[in-house]
Amino acid sequence: MKRARNTSAASKSTTGRKKAPGLDPRLLERMLYYLKLTREAESRIEQVLYRQGKIVGGVYVGRGQEAIGVGSAIQLVDGDVVLPSHRDFSSFLIRGFTLRQILCNWMGRANGPTRGRDNTLHIGDVSRGVIPIISHLGDTCPVACGVAMVLKRRGQGSVAMVHFGEGTSSRGDVHEAMNLAGVMKLPVIFICNNNAYAYSTPISKQYAIKDLAVRGAAYGMPGIVADGNDVLAVHAVVAEAIARARRGLGPSFIECKTFRMAGHSAHDAAEYIPPQLFKQWEKKDPITRLEKVLLAKRLLTRKQIGQLEAEIKQQVDDAVAYAESSPLPEGSSAAEGVYCGPDCWWETSSH
Amino acid sequence: MSELTYLEAIRQGIWEEMERDPAVFLLGEDIAAYGGAFKVTAGMLEQFGEDRVIDTPISESAIVGAAVGAALMGMRPVAEMQFMDFISCGFDQLVNMAAKIHYRWGARVPLVIRGPAGAGVHGGPFHSQSNEAWFVHTPGLKVVVPATAYDAKGLLKAAIRDDNPVIFFEHKFLYRRVKEEVPGEDYVVPLGKAAVRREGSDLAIITYGAMVWTALEAAEQLSKEGISAEIVDLRTLLPYDEQCVLASVRKCNKVMLLHEDTRVGGMAAELAAAITEKAFEDLDGPVVRVTAPDIPIPFSPPLEDYFLPNVQKVTEAARKLAAY
Repeated sequence: MKRARNTSAASKSTTGRKKAPGLDPRLLERMLYYLKLTREAESRIEQVLYRQGKIVGGVYVGRGQEAIGVGSAIQLVDGDVVLPSHRDFSSFLIRGFTLRQILCNWMGRANGPTRGRDNTLHIGDVSRGVIPIISHLGDTCPVACGVAMVLKRRGQGSVAMVHFGEGTSSRGDVHEAMNLAGVMKLPVIFICNNNAYAYSTPISKQYAIKDLAVRGAAYGMPGIVADGNDVLAVHAVVAEAIARARRGLGPSFIECKTFRMAGHSAHDAAEYIPPQLFKQWEKKDPITRLEKVLLAKRLLTRKQIGQLEAEIKQQVDDAVAYAESSPLPEGSSAAEGVYCGPDCWWETSSH
Repeated sequence: MSELTYLEAIRQGIWEEMERDPAVFLLGEDIAAYGGAFKVTAGMLEQFGEDRVIDTPISESAIVGAAVGAALMGMRPVAEMQFMDFISCGFDQLVNMAAKIHYRWGARVPLVIRGPAGAGVHGGPFHSQSNEAWFVHTPGLKVVVPATAYDAKGLLKAAIRDDNPVIFFEHKFLYRRVKEEVPGEDYVVPLGKAAVRREGSDLAIITYGAMVWTALEAAEQLSKEGISAEIVDLRTLLPYDEQCVLASVRKCNKVMLLHEDTRVGGMAAELAAAITEKAFEDLDGPVVRVTAPDIPIPFSPPLEDYFLPNVQKVTEAARKLAAY
């Protein structure tokens, strides 16, 4: 990882160079578990359930960029709030949503977290500290600022962490939010999942700078580039940003460079991406990289990894079966719960 | 009980809610040290401190978005748009983020976006708009438009206590022109309830905001000509008080819909549709609209006068309708 070249005094206060300092082996194993579970679940969604017509509508996955969600969200504690992007499946698992709940949402079931009202990963629960995106990407950045205003006032050192893509970074809301967070020294960690393509548009047509991270300086916060395909690198950089925010030193902007190993959505064959780029990034696969570390440190054996994979496959099988056997909502339930009132539908009715 | 202007009543309403509930806080542009462009929040920084009266950069989308985030965390933010015209810069956060959260995943978003709207003060195309209809078309929002000082305070207090996002259109022409007795103690005016401002029998004028006063003046003139007009002040546009509207239509059998907003797709269009659907048999004449024309709001006084509905336009239309 390296720091973006900028002249901000604030940016120099971070030391993004530290190599993952002897992380707890159990944490490394948990990371591998979430990386693999995310890959397996998203593959099932995109390559099986969508193609079978069991999942309808848009399907967006984060294949190849799982390390960002895992390496960042795994550090959050009670009281923190995460606002994940649509390619951060792992963040929902880490914050306590079950695979069954998530699959029920993807399949539009009545017992999913949105009761069929919204799709994909538009799943939220304030008590778990998860606030979901809307499709107007970037809108969660100002929302993160409002969350952080409250967290700051509570004075317990909690942080808000918001993820968005490099495509989203062109939206005004991201800039308004970074500016506001800088001015108010809010405990927000802005994490840009730079996966090189906004739908079909390459970064050369999105911005005129080498590293988006330099924008941190423009808003009075450290701007750091991290290798988004190295979960340990993500972890290290995010750890510093979180520590900074917890100490009351304000926001940070982290640009995680990665690559979208898929189309924008399941219907998109991504023929606009030169095949050699996929080959090149395949070699940097974040799961393989963490496996190598674990094997080299003799924390896991190939056999144990095989067992983990079998266990994960079983968990995904179970969640899919559960979601498939769950009821679809009654059409007329669509009319309920537009407003929150004394007889709040969400609270007075089960699905 | 003391005599307060419409503006002072709004200030008192915010003040009382700030005292009553520590979850209430304010954010917006120039609202703290300066006290707001119209001084609605004057004195609040000194009273409640900078944690609760927050000046922001000129970032309407961030203001509304931050209000959403704070509301999700259990606060009750009251965000000021310096002029309601500028809500267009925060439109997305309000209609897509705030309005749909409860429906999508059940969380509460108790927030108020408030600020001055309306024309009559030569503000030109960008400081005069009545853009309430955009929001009436957004399920999940509540849209409030007080006409009196009493209502301004009571409706604002109800809006702050409501668990839904509320957009609150204060009419800047009324800020210092309306002055009336307002109780100094706590009271709320419930959202979604209209008020009959004047009883009548020949025709009903359904209106809201500053046009309530125009309608009352017109009704006074009309009464001298033997035409008895009933005035209904909607107070809340979403959800609006359909029962009260239909009751007046059924009583008077003729109806005029009056607003300062432009015509096509305005609130009057919706009311006309609802009245013809539900009270067609009670009508003894066409549903008449008196509204601004479908043009931007011009600056120069003669042009602005042309734009705005006024007593003369209302009485002329009322005479025709009464004679129908």
